[in-house]
Amino acid sequence: MAVATEQQILDGLAEIIDDIVGIDKSEVTPDKNFIDDLDIDSLSMVEIAVAAQDQFGVEIPDDELRNLKTVKDVINFVQNLQS
Amino acid sequence: MSQSQTRVVVTGLGATTPLGGDLPSTWSALLAGESGVRKLDWEGVEDLPVRFAGTLKVDPAEVMPKQTLRRLDRNQAIALIAAREAWTDAGFAPPASRKAKKPEEQSGVEGGFTVDGERLGVVFSSGIGGLHTALNSYDVYREKGWSRVSPFTVPMLMPNGASGHVGIEFGAMAGSHALVSACASSGEAVGYAIDMIRAGRADVVICGGTESCIHPLQMASFGAMRAMSTRNEEPERASRPYDKNRDGFVLGEGAAVMILESEEHARARGAQINGIAAGCGYSGDAYDIVLPDPSGSGQAKAMQRALKDAGLEAADIIHINAHATSTPAGDVAELASIKAGLGEEAAAQAAITATKSMTGHLLGGAGALESVFTVLALKEGLIPFVANLEDVDDEVDLDIVRDEPRKVPDGPAAALNNSFGFGGHNVSVAFQRAL
Repeated sequence: MAVATEQQILDGLAEIIDDIVGIDKSEVTPDKNFIDDLDIDSLSMVEIAVAAQDQFGVEIPDDELRNLKTVKDVINFVQNLQS
Repeated sequence: MSQSQTRVVVTGLGATTPLGGDLPSTWSALLAGESGVRKLDWEGVEDLPVRFAGTLKVDPAEVMPKQTLRRLDRNQAIALIAAREAWTDAGFAPPASRKAKKPEEQSGVEGGFTVDGERLGVVFSSGIGGLHTALNSYDVYREKGWSRVSPFTVPMLMPNGASGHVGIEFGAMAGSHALVSACASSGEAVGYAIDMIRAGRADVVICGGTESCIHPLQMASFGAMRAMSTRNEEPERASRPYDKNRDGFVLGEGAAVMILESEEHARARGAQINGIAAGCGYSGDAYDIVLPDPSGSGQAKAMQRALKDAGLEAADIIHINAHATSTPAGDVAELASIKAGLGEEAAAQAAITATKSMTGHLLGGAGALESVFTVLALKEGLIPFVANLEDVDDEVDLDIVRDEPRKVPDGPAAALNNSFGFGGHNVSVAFQRAL
């Protein structure tokens, strides 16, 4: 799979979040914290991570998932693995 | 009922059923004698012994966002839909739910009464629980492995899931319970709710029942018991309690909710009072896991205990919403139990109906739905008639309401709603008209 740009990852992630928890795509910006800002619970985060793995073709181990607190964290994580 | 006991009243009602997506549409279809039973169009349905059921008239996807449905089993989704209707009907303010809801998921009345969460309870039953979730998740596991199984699988399949979700949505902190006793489940839920209020544990209780298990496995397993009607060519005529040609029950799905409230609390806030939840009686057959005790003594005892708990005499009962599932043995056995429980004279004066002839059998949702119907029959003064009753069984010797709804005269009136479940669970709930 081709390496995705930051914007592509953000758009893809926003779509997944809208699909799973129904948060409008415009709300999903890099500085947002999943729990504090977007009110996403831990089980929904598991669903989002699984969908993100499929979409971006990367593995997100449970240990890593705990450290992905903001949208930007996910973008960085995916970019690092893809490059 | 002793004079010192708290009187419990019904202040809100809601339902989503094979006849309608809410209670008003369900009730008008019921009075018109319509059937909510239809053919199933599944792939492979031709291999099943039973190819029809009472499926929901309005699918949850029509009234709930897909994101909410992702984390709810179908039985839980419809429990919330019915609970929202009842909550609004009771005139309560929108719940201060911890999670912001989408506008289409809001319930309650702006400026309505705000219920103290510490005084609000929930009793919500399902007989089967999240069967769709359990089986679908197992398919996902086998096809894609454990990591693709939804993390919501456990809360979606557990039979107390509906109780939990309703409690969370409305902020009920007095206690949230889920009674499971097969087809008696939500009759028992109403009874337990009455007791919660009488015991002083709550002022308001959301009680109800829900079931959604119309799945090939259920058609196969009830089919294996030879318990269901196989009138595959005429689904809408298959559920026919008391008819000579009845041949088994018809599976239905749906949810029904009652808001019960102490009379003092209801009157203080000027609530509409739909009826009085007068009492409840229980018994166990201690006989067989699926067959009712042929002597009927367990069923009769439940009715007698309901009368005693409600402070009523058998002669007060003008109407019974019977369990009557359209099985050859069960329908007439229950009539014998009614005579044993009420006495021949009082039994003969009760107008009996079997609304499963139109809704099918909601299993764990049946007791609550038929309790709602019983309350409405007393309130509106109209008892729904038994649909598909063309040729009355020779063994039927009580007053069955047929052909058209029966008018109930004004004045004092009381009724029973019977529910009996596999396991030998018998429950009878007594209601009175509010005057």
